[in-house]
Amino acid sequence: MIGIIDYGMGNLHSVCSALKRIEQPYILSGNPEELHETDGLLLPGVGSFKDAMNELKETGLIDFIKKETENGKPLMGICLGMQLLFEESTENGLTKGLGLLPGRVDRFSGVTAEGKAYKVPHMGWNNLHFLQKEQPLLKGLNEGYVYFVHSFVVQTDDRNVLAAAAHYEDVEVPAVVGRDHIMGTQFHPEKSSETGMGMLKNFCRFVEEGKQR
Amino acid sequence: MLTKRIIPCLDVKEGRVVKGIQFLNLVDAGDPVELARFYDKAGADELVFLDISASHEGRDTMVEVVERVAAELAIPFTVGGGINKLEDMKRVLRAGADKVSVNTAALLRPELITEGSDYFGAQCIVVAIDAKYDEELGSWRVYTHGGRKPTQWEVTEWAQEAVKRGAGEILLTSMDKDGEKSGFNLALTKAVSETVTVPVIASGGAGNANHFYDAFTEGKADAGLAASIFHYKETSIGELKSELQKLGVFVR
Repeated sequence: MIGIIDYGMGNLHSVCSALKRIEQPYILSGNPEELHETDGLLLPGVGSFKDAMNELKETGLIDFIKKETENGKPLMGICLGMQLLFEESTENGLTKGLGLLPGRVDRFSGVTAEGKAYKVPHMGWNNLHFLQKEQPLLKGLNEGYVYFVHSFVVQTDDRNVLAAAAHYEDVEVPAVVGRDHIMGTQFHPEKSSETGMGMLKNFCRFVEEGKQR
Repeated sequence: MLTKRIIPCLDVKEGRVVKGIQFLNLVDAGDPVELARFYDKAGADELVFLDISASHEGRDTMVEVVERVAAELAIPFTVGGGINKLEDMKRVLRAGADKVSVNTAALLRPELITEGSDYFGAQCIVVAIDAKYDEELGSWRVYTHGGRKPTQWEVTEWAQEAVKRGAGEILLTSMDKDGEKSGFNLALTKAVSETVTVPVIASGGAGNANHFYDAFTEGKADAGLAASIFHYKETSIGELKSELQKLGVFVR
Protein backbone atom coordinates (compact mmCIF):
# COMPACT_ATOMS: atom_id res chain seq x y z
CA MET A 1 0.00 0.00 0.00
CA ILE A 2 1.32 3.42 -1.05
CA GLY A 3 0.42 6.58 0.85
CA ILE A 4 0.09 9.72 -1.25
CA ILE A 5 0.74 12.65 1.05
CA ASP A 6 -2.08 15.19 0.71
CA TYR A 7 -1.06 18.53 2.19
CA GLY A 8 -3.12 20.86 0.05
CA MET A 9 -0.51 21.54 -2.61
CA GLY A 10 -1.68 21.15 -6.16
CA ASN A 11 -3.13 18.54 -8.35
CA LEU A 12 -3.04 15.05 -6.86
CA HIS A 13 -5.57 13.72 -9.31
CA SER A 14 -3.05 12.79 -11.98
CA VAL A 15 -0.81 10.90 -9.53
CA CYS A 16 -3.82 8.99 -8.19
CA SER A 17 -5.02 8.04 -11.67
CA ALA A 18 -1.51 6.95 -12.63
CA LEU A 19 -1.42 4.54 -9.67
CA LYS A 20 -4.89 3.32 -10.57
CA ARG A 21 -3.70 2.59 -14.11
CA ILE A 22 -0.85 0.43 -12.84
CA GLU A 23 -3.25 -1.23 -10.36
CA GLN A 24 -1.27 -0.10 -7.35
CA PRO A 25 -3.32 0.14 -4.14
CA TYR A 26 -2.94 3.54 -2.45
CA ILE A 27 -4.48 5.90 0.02
CA LEU A 28 -4.59 9.68 -0.29
CA SER A 29 -4.24 11.25 3.13
CA GLY A 30 -2.81 14.09 5.16
CA ASN A 31 -3.19 12.17 8.40
CA PRO A 32 0.12 10.87 9.84
CA GLU A 33 -1.59 7.95 11.59
CA GLU A 34 -3.16 6.74 8.36
CA LEU A 35 0.02 7.31 6.38
CA HIS A 36 2.04 5.42 8.97
CA GLU A 37 0.13 2.26 8.07
CA THR A 38 1.40 2.36 4.45
CA ASP A 39 4.56 0.75 3.07
CA GLY A 40 5.87 3.68 1.05
CA LEU A 41 5.17 7.39 0.66
CA LEU A 42 4.67 9.58 -2.39
CA LEU A 43 5.16 13.32 -1.95
CA PRO A 44 3.72 15.21 -4.93
CA GLY A 45 3.45 18.97 -5.17
CA VAL A 46 2.91 21.93 -7.43
CA GLY A 47 3.34 25.49 -6.23
CA SER A 48 5.92 27.34 -4.20
CA PHE A 49 8.52 25.75 -1.92
CA LYS A 50 7.73 28.11 0.93
CA ASP A 51 3.97 27.50 0.85
CA ALA A 52 4.59 23.76 0.67
CA MET A 53 6.91 23.72 3.70
CA ASN A 54 4.43 25.87 5.64
CA GLU A 55 1.61 23.47 4.85
CA LEU A 56 3.72 20.44 5.85
CA LYS A 57 4.69 22.15 9.07
CA GLU A 58 1.14 23.12 10.04
CA THR A 59 -0.12 19.60 9.46
CA GLY A 60 2.70 18.01 11.49
CA LEU A 61 3.93 16.19 8.43
CA ILE A 62 7.55 17.40 8.54
CA ASP A 63 8.33 15.46 11.70
CA PHE A 64 6.28 12.56 10.46
CA ILE A 65 8.17 12.29 7.14
CA LYS A 66 11.54 12.58 8.90
CA LYS A 67 10.67 9.89 11.40
CA GLU A 68 9.23 7.48 8.85
CA THR A 69 12.23 7.81 6.54
CA GLU A 70 14.63 7.41 9.48
CA ASN A 71 12.91 4.10 10.08
CA GLY A 72 13.56 3.11 6.49
CA LYS A 73 10.23 3.77 4.83
CA PRO A 74 10.65 4.48 1.08
CA LEU A 75 9.78 8.02 -0.03
CA MET A 76 9.45 9.39 -3.55
CA GLY A 77 9.08 13.11 -4.22
CA ILE A 78 7.64 14.38 -7.49
CA CYS A 79 8.40 17.81 -8.98
CA LEU A 80 8.13 20.29 -6.08
CA GLY A 81 7.92 17.22 -3.83
CA MET A 82 11.40 16.24 -5.01
CA GLN A 83 12.77 19.72 -4.35
CA LEU A 84 11.40 19.57 -0.79
CA LEU A 85 13.69 16.61 -0.08
CA PHE A 86 16.70 18.95 -0.19
CA GLU A 87 18.13 21.31 2.42
CA GLU A 88 16.83 24.70 1.35
CA SER A 89 15.36 26.83 -1.43
CA THR A 90 15.62 30.47 -2.41
CA GLU A 91 12.04 30.57 -3.78
CA ASN A 92 10.23 33.55 -2.18
CA GLY A 93 13.02 33.99 0.36
CA LEU A 94 15.28 31.36 1.85
CA THR A 95 13.26 28.42 3.21
CA LYS A 96 14.48 25.26 4.88
CA GLY A 97 13.48 22.00 3.23
CA LEU A 98 13.19 18.47 4.64
CA GLY A 99 16.97 18.09 4.46
CA LEU A 100 16.86 14.41 3.51
CA LEU A 101 19.23 14.93 0.57
CA PRO A 102 22.19 17.32 0.29
CA GLY A 103 21.71 20.36 -1.94
CA ARG A 104 19.73 23.53 -2.45
CA VAL A 105 17.12 24.78 -4.88
CA ASP A 106 17.61 27.94 -6.94
CA ARG A 107 15.84 29.60 -9.83
CA PHE A 108 17.18 29.02 -13.33
CA SER A 109 19.28 32.11 -14.04
CA GLY A 110 17.71 32.55 -17.50
CA VAL A 111 21.12 33.41 -18.95
CA THR A 112 23.92 31.06 -20.02
CA ALA A 113 27.55 31.55 -19.02
CA GLU A 114 28.08 33.07 -22.49
CA GLY A 115 25.35 35.60 -21.85
CA LYS A 116 22.65 34.05 -24.04
CA ALA A 117 19.14 34.49 -22.61
CA TYR A 118 16.93 31.41 -22.39
CA LYS A 119 13.34 30.73 -21.40
CA VAL A 120 12.14 29.95 -17.91
CA PRO A 121 10.24 27.74 -17.00
CA HIS A 122 12.03 24.72 -18.42
CA MET A 123 8.88 23.37 -20.01
CA GLY A 124 8.43 20.41 -22.31
CA TRP A 125 9.92 17.03 -23.17
CA ASN A 126 13.60 16.55 -22.50
CA ASN A 127 15.73 13.42 -22.75
CA LEU A 128 17.29 11.81 -19.73
CA HIS A 129 20.88 10.72 -19.29
CA PHE A 130 21.20 7.92 -16.78
CA LEU A 131 24.12 8.39 -14.40
CA GLN A 132 23.25 5.45 -12.15
CA LYS A 133 21.48 2.72 -14.09
CA GLU A 134 20.94 0.63 -10.96
CA GLN A 135 19.09 3.31 -9.02
CA PRO A 136 15.74 1.73 -8.08
CA LEU A 137 13.61 4.12 -10.20
CA LEU A 138 15.69 3.52 -13.33
CA LYS A 139 16.11 -0.24 -13.11
CA GLY A 140 15.33 -1.97 -16.39
CA LEU A 141 14.37 1.26 -18.16
CA ASN A 142 15.97 2.90 -21.18
CA GLU A 143 16.94 6.54 -21.38
CA GLY A 144 13.88 8.32 -22.75
CA TYR A 145 11.95 11.56 -22.87
CA VAL A 146 10.08 12.92 -19.88
CA TYR A 147 7.91 15.99 -19.32
CA PHE A 148 9.32 18.87 -17.27
CA VAL A 149 7.67 22.04 -15.99
CA HIS A 150 9.74 23.97 -13.47
CA SER A 151 11.47 27.27 -12.85
CA PHE A 152 13.65 26.14 -9.95
CA VAL A 153 16.41 23.58 -10.10
CA VAL A 154 18.38 21.53 -7.57
CA GLN A 155 22.08 22.28 -7.11
CA THR A 156 24.12 19.64 -5.36
CA ASP A 157 27.82 19.00 -4.90
CA ASP A 158 27.16 15.37 -4.09
CA ARG A 159 27.19 13.48 -7.41
CA ASN A 160 26.14 10.34 -5.57
CA VAL A 161 22.55 11.54 -5.28
CA LEU A 162 22.28 12.22 -9.04
CA ALA A 163 20.76 9.23 -10.79
CA ALA A 164 19.72 10.88 -14.05
CA ALA A 165 20.08 14.34 -15.56
CA ALA A 166 18.65 16.37 -18.41
CA HIS A 167 20.38 19.23 -20.15
CA TYR A 168 18.68 22.55 -20.58
CA GLU A 169 20.80 25.24 -22.17
CA ASP A 170 24.03 25.11 -20.11
CA VAL A 171 22.38 23.71 -16.99
CA GLU A 172 22.66 20.07 -15.93
CA VAL A 173 19.19 19.53 -14.47
CA PRO A 174 19.01 16.87 -11.73
CA ALA A 175 16.07 14.87 -13.05
CA VAL A 176 16.14 11.70 -10.96
CA VAL A 177 17.77 11.86 -7.53
CA GLY A 178 18.07 9.41 -4.71
CA ARG A 179 19.97 7.90 -1.85
CA ASP A 180 18.99 4.56 -0.38
CA HIS A 181 15.22 4.55 0.10
CA ILE A 182 14.73 8.29 -0.51
CA MET A 183 14.27 9.35 -4.12
CA GLY A 184 12.51 11.71 -6.46
CA THR A 185 11.92 13.02 -9.95
CA GLN A 186 11.97 16.66 -11.04
CA PHE A 187 9.64 15.85 -13.93
CA HIS A 188 6.12 14.45 -13.72
CA PRO A 189 6.35 10.67 -14.20
CA GLU A 190 2.56 10.49 -14.40
CA LYS A 191 2.69 12.80 -17.45
CA SER A 192 5.74 11.26 -19.05
CA SER A 193 4.32 8.42 -21.09
CA GLU A 194 5.97 4.98 -20.79
CA THR A 195 9.28 6.14 -19.32
CA GLY A 196 7.56 7.98 -16.49
CA MET A 197 5.05 5.25 -15.81
CA GLY A 198 7.96 2.80 -15.71
CA MET A 199 9.50 4.79 -12.87
CA LEU A 200 6.27 4.81 -10.87
CA LYS A 201 6.07 1.05 -11.32
CA ASN A 202 9.68 0.76 -10.21
CA PHE A 203 8.98 2.73 -7.06
CA CYS A 204 6.01 0.52 -6.24
CA ARG A 205 8.16 -2.56 -6.82
CA PHE A 206 10.89 -1.13 -4.57
CA VAL A 207 8.30 -0.59 -1.84
CA GLU A 208 7.00 -4.11 -2.28
CA GLU A 209 10.51 -5.59 -2.08
CA GLY A 210 11.20 -3.51 1.03
CA LYS A 211 8.27 -5.16 2.76
CA GLN A 212 9.87 -8.54 2.22
CA ARG A 213 13.26 -7.49 3.54
CA MET B 1 17.98 19.06 -24.98
CA LEU B 2 14.42 20.29 -24.91
CA THR B 3 12.37 19.05 -27.85
CA LYS B 4 10.06 21.12 -30.03
CA ARG B 5 6.49 20.13 -29.22
CA ILE B 6 3.74 19.11 -31.64
CA ILE B 7 0.28 19.79 -30.24
CA PRO B 8 -3.02 18.72 -31.81
CA CYS B 9 -6.01 20.84 -30.88
CA LEU B 10 -9.48 19.36 -30.44
CA ASP B 11 -12.65 21.42 -30.48
CA VAL B 12 -15.17 19.99 -28.04
CA LYS B 13 -18.83 20.94 -28.03
CA GLU B 14 -21.18 19.58 -25.36
CA GLY B 15 -18.67 16.85 -24.66
CA ARG B 16 -18.18 15.76 -28.27
CA VAL B 17 -15.33 16.50 -30.65
CA VAL B 18 -16.55 18.52 -33.61
CA LYS B 19 -15.03 19.13 -37.07
CA GLY B 20 -14.83 16.14 -39.33
CA ILE B 21 -12.47 13.62 -37.89
CA GLN B 22 -11.55 11.24 -40.66
CA PHE B 23 -9.77 8.45 -38.92
CA LEU B 24 -10.38 4.84 -39.55
CA ASN B 25 -10.35 2.24 -36.80
CA LEU B 26 -11.89 4.50 -34.21
CA VAL B 27 -14.92 3.10 -32.46
CA ASP B 28 -16.25 6.56 -31.67
CA ALA B 29 -14.52 9.42 -33.49
CA GLY B 30 -16.53 12.01 -31.61
CA ASP B 31 -15.33 10.85 -28.21
CA PRO B 32 -12.61 13.19 -26.91
CA VAL B 33 -11.02 10.42 -24.83
CA GLU B 34 -10.84 8.04 -27.77
CA LEU B 35 -9.17 10.73 -29.89
CA ALA B 36 -6.85 11.73 -27.08
CA ARG B 37 -5.73 8.13 -26.82
CA PHE B 38 -5.19 8.01 -30.57
CA TYR B 39 -3.04 11.14 -30.54
CA ASP B 40 -1.10 9.94 -27.51
CA LYS B 41 -0.19 6.74 -29.36
CA ALA B 42 0.62 8.73 -32.49
CA GLY B 43 3.25 10.68 -30.59
CA ALA B 44 1.54 13.98 -29.71
CA ASP B 45 3.54 15.84 -27.07
CA GLU B 46 0.54 17.55 -25.52
CA LEU B 47 -3.11 18.09 -26.31
CA VAL B 48 -5.29 21.18 -26.27
CA PHE B 49 -9.03 20.87 -25.77
CA LEU B 50 -11.00 23.91 -26.73
CA ASP B 51 -14.47 23.87 -25.21
CA ILE B 52 -16.82 25.61 -27.61
CA SER B 53 -20.01 24.66 -25.74
CA ALA B 54 -22.53 27.42 -25.55
CA SER B 55 -24.34 26.15 -22.46
CA HIS B 56 -23.64 25.51 -18.81
CA GLU B 57 -24.60 21.88 -19.33
CA GLY B 58 -21.96 21.66 -22.03
CA ARG B 59 -19.35 23.08 -19.68
CA ASP B 60 -20.26 20.53 -17.01
CA THR B 61 -19.80 17.81 -19.60
CA MET B 62 -16.33 19.22 -20.30
CA VAL B 63 -15.34 18.60 -16.68
CA GLU B 64 -16.31 14.95 -17.11
CA VAL B 65 -14.25 14.79 -20.30
CA VAL B 66 -11.26 16.24 -18.45
CA GLU B 67 -11.60 13.66 -15.68
CA ARG B 68 -11.72 10.80 -18.16
CA VAL B 69 -8.76 12.08 -20.17
CA ALA B 70 -6.70 12.57 -17.01
CA ALA B 71 -7.57 9.09 -15.82
CA GLU B 72 -6.46 7.39 -19.01
CA LEU B 73 -3.59 9.37 -20.47
CA ALA B 74 -0.01 10.02 -19.40
CA ILE B 75 0.65 13.16 -21.42
CA PRO B 76 -0.04 16.78 -20.45
CA PHE B 77 -3.12 18.60 -21.69
CA THR B 78 -4.55 22.09 -21.69
CA VAL B 79 -8.19 23.12 -21.55
CA GLY B 80 -9.41 26.41 -22.99
CA GLY B 81 -12.76 27.99 -23.73
CA GLY B 82 -15.23 29.25 -21.16
CA ILE B 83 -12.60 30.01 -18.53
CA ASN B 84 -13.82 33.34 -17.20
CA LYS B 85 -12.95 33.31 -13.52
CA LEU B 86 -10.71 31.63 -10.97
CA GLU B 87 -13.53 29.19 -10.12
CA ASP B 88 -13.57 27.97 -13.73
CA MET B 89 -9.81 27.38 -13.57
CA LYS B 90 -10.19 25.45 -10.33
CA ARG B 91 -12.89 23.20 -11.78
CA VAL B 92 -10.84 22.22 -14.80
CA LEU B 93 -7.47 21.89 -13.08
CA ARG B 94 -8.90 19.93 -10.17
CA ALA B 95 -10.54 17.59 -12.65
CA GLY B 96 -7.05 16.76 -13.89
CA ALA B 97 -6.07 19.22 -16.64
CA ASP B 98 -2.44 20.38 -16.48
CA LYS B 99 -3.01 23.87 -17.83
CA VAL B 100 -5.87 26.22 -18.60
CA SER B 101 -5.85 28.70 -21.42
CA VAL B 102 -7.54 32.08 -21.20
CA ASN B 103 -8.17 34.53 -23.99
CA THR B 104 -11.04 37.05 -24.05
CA ALA B 105 -11.60 36.91 -20.28
CA ALA B 106 -7.95 37.85 -19.69
CA LEU B 107 -8.22 40.85 -22.00
CA LEU B 108 -11.41 42.01 -20.34
CA ARG B 109 -9.93 41.56 -16.88
CA PRO B 110 -6.13 40.98 -16.88
CA GLU B 111 -6.17 40.34 -13.10
CA LEU B 112 -7.55 36.89 -13.95
CA ILE B 113 -4.06 35.87 -15.16
CA THR B 114 -2.50 36.92 -11.85
CA GLU B 115 -5.19 35.22 -9.78
CA GLY B 116 -4.67 31.94 -11.62
CA SER B 117 -0.92 32.22 -11.57
CA ASP B 118 -0.77 33.00 -7.85
CA TYR B 119 -3.08 30.13 -7.04
CA PHE B 120 -1.76 27.41 -9.33
CA GLY B 121 1.62 28.66 -10.49
CA ALA B 122 2.52 30.26 -13.80
CA GLN B 123 3.12 26.88 -15.42
CA CYS B 124 -0.64 26.22 -15.35
CA ILE B 125 -1.67 29.43 -17.06
CA VAL B 126 -1.59 29.71 -20.83
CA VAL B 127 -2.65 33.01 -22.36
CA ALA B 128 -4.10 32.50 -25.83
CA ILE B 129 -3.79 35.46 -28.17
CA ASP B 130 -5.62 35.95 -31.48
CA ALA B 131 -3.81 38.53 -33.59
CA LYS B 132 -4.37 40.06 -37.00
CA TYR B 133 -2.21 42.47 -38.99
CA ASP B 134 -3.39 46.06 -38.82
CA GLU B 135 -2.19 48.60 -41.41
CA GLU B 136 -2.96 51.55 -39.20
CA LEU B 137 -1.06 50.08 -36.27
CA GLY B 138 1.80 48.88 -38.46
CA SER B 139 1.75 45.70 -36.42
CA TRP B 140 -0.60 42.95 -35.28
CA ARG B 141 -3.68 43.85 -33.28
CA VAL B 142 -5.13 41.58 -30.60
CA TYR B 143 -8.77 40.50 -30.95
CA THR B 144 -11.28 39.09 -28.48
CA HIS B 145 -14.44 36.99 -28.81
CA GLY B 146 -12.99 34.47 -31.23
CA GLY B 147 -11.53 37.18 -33.43
CA ARG B 148 -14.68 39.26 -33.72
CA LYS B 149 -13.76 42.31 -31.65
CA PRO B 150 -10.60 44.38 -32.00
CA THR B 151 -8.84 45.62 -28.86
CA GLN B 152 -6.43 48.49 -28.31
CA TRP B 153 -3.56 46.07 -27.73
CA GLU B 154 -0.59 45.62 -30.04
CA VAL B 155 0.38 41.96 -29.88
CA THR B 156 3.89 42.15 -28.36
CA GLU B 157 2.71 44.65 -25.77
CA TRP B 158 -0.16 42.41 -24.71
CA ALA B 159 2.11 39.35 -24.67
CA GLN B 160 4.53 41.17 -22.38
CA GLU B 161 1.70 42.35 -20.15
CA ALA B 162 0.32 38.80 -19.93
CA VAL B 163 3.72 37.41 -18.91
CA LYS B 164 4.23 40.20 -16.40
CA ARG B 165 0.89 39.22 -14.87
CA GLY B 166 1.89 35.58 -14.60
CA ALA B 167 1.31 33.76 -17.89
CA GLY B 168 3.54 30.70 -18.15
CA GLU B 169 3.09 30.19 -21.86
CA ILE B 170 1.64 32.04 -24.87
CA LEU B 171 -0.58 30.33 -27.45
CA LEU B 172 -0.36 32.64 -30.43
CA THR B 173 -2.84 32.34 -33.29
CA SER B 174 -2.47 34.28 -36.50
CA MET B 175 -5.94 35.19 -37.71
CA ASP B 176 -4.48 36.07 -41.11
CA LYS B 177 -3.14 32.56 -41.55
CA ASP B 178 -5.72 30.46 -39.71
CA GLY B 179 -7.23 27.79 -41.95
CA GLU B 180 -5.02 28.74 -44.92
CA LYS B 181 -2.55 25.84 -44.58
CA SER B 182 0.06 28.08 -46.19
CA GLY B 183 2.39 28.13 -43.20
CA PHE B 184 2.53 29.81 -39.80
CA ASN B 185 2.86 33.57 -39.59
CA LEU B 186 6.61 33.66 -39.07
CA ALA B 187 7.04 37.39 -38.59
CA LEU B 188 4.34 37.48 -35.93
CA THR B 189 5.63 34.36 -34.17
CA LYS B 190 9.19 35.69 -34.15
CA ALA B 191 8.11 39.11 -32.88
CA VAL B 192 6.29 37.61 -29.90
CA SER B 193 8.81 34.85 -29.23
CA GLU B 194 11.64 37.37 -29.05
CA THR B 195 9.67 39.66 -26.74
CA VAL B 196 8.63 37.23 -24.01
CA THR B 197 10.62 34.99 -21.68
CA VAL B 198 8.11 32.12 -21.66
CA PRO B 199 7.47 29.43 -24.31
CA VAL B 200 5.41 30.39 -27.36
CA ILE B 201 3.11 27.97 -29.20
CA ALA B 202 2.62 28.94 -32.84
CA SER B 203 -0.87 28.37 -34.20
CA GLY B 204 -2.73 29.03 -37.43
CA GLY B 205 -1.66 28.05 -40.91
CA ALA B 206 0.06 24.67 -40.50
CA GLY B 207 -0.07 22.64 -43.68
CA ASN B 208 3.08 20.51 -43.75
CA ALA B 209 6.35 19.66 -42.00
CA ASN B 210 8.23 22.55 -43.59
CA HIS B 211 5.78 24.96 -42.03
CA PHE B 212 6.59 23.59 -38.57
CA TYR B 213 10.29 23.71 -39.40
CA ASP B 214 10.02 27.39 -40.33
CA ALA B 215 8.02 28.19 -37.19
CA PHE B 216 10.67 26.54 -34.97
CA THR B 217 13.66 28.09 -36.74
CA GLU B 218 12.76 31.46 -38.26
CA GLY B 219 9.71 31.95 -36.01
CA LYS B 220 11.59 30.82 -32.89
CA ALA B 221 8.49 29.03 -31.59
CA ASP B 222 8.79 26.37 -28.88
CA ALA B 223 5.79 24.39 -30.03
CA GLY B 224 3.44 24.15 -32.99
CA LEU B 225 -0.29 23.62 -32.77
CA ALA B 226 -2.60 22.38 -35.49
CA ALA B 227 -6.07 20.97 -35.86
CA SER B 228 -7.29 20.16 -39.33
CA ILE B 229 -4.11 18.69 -40.84
CA PHE B 230 -4.09 16.06 -38.13
CA HIS B 231 -7.83 15.48 -37.96
CA TYR B 232 -8.17 14.99 -41.70
CA LYS B 233 -5.12 12.76 -41.69
CA GLU B 234 -3.29 14.92 -44.22
CA THR B 235 -0.23 14.49 -42.03
CA SER B 236 0.28 12.00 -39.25
CA ILE B 237 2.23 13.15 -36.24
CA GLY B 238 4.72 10.33 -36.73
CA GLU B 239 5.43 11.38 -40.32
CA LEU B 240 5.65 15.00 -39.33
CA LYS B 241 8.15 14.23 -36.61
CA SER B 242 10.35 12.04 -38.75
CA GLU B 243 10.45 14.75 -41.43
CA LEU B 244 11.35 17.34 -38.82
CA GLN B 245 14.07 15.06 -37.51
CA LYS B 246 15.55 14.83 -41.02
CA LEU B 247 15.56 18.60 -41.15
CA GLY B 248 17.55 18.67 -37.94
CA VAL B 249 14.77 19.63 -35.49
CA PHE B 250 14.99 17.96 -32.11
CA VAL B 251 11.71 16.11 -31.48
CA ARG B 252 10.59 13.30 -29.19
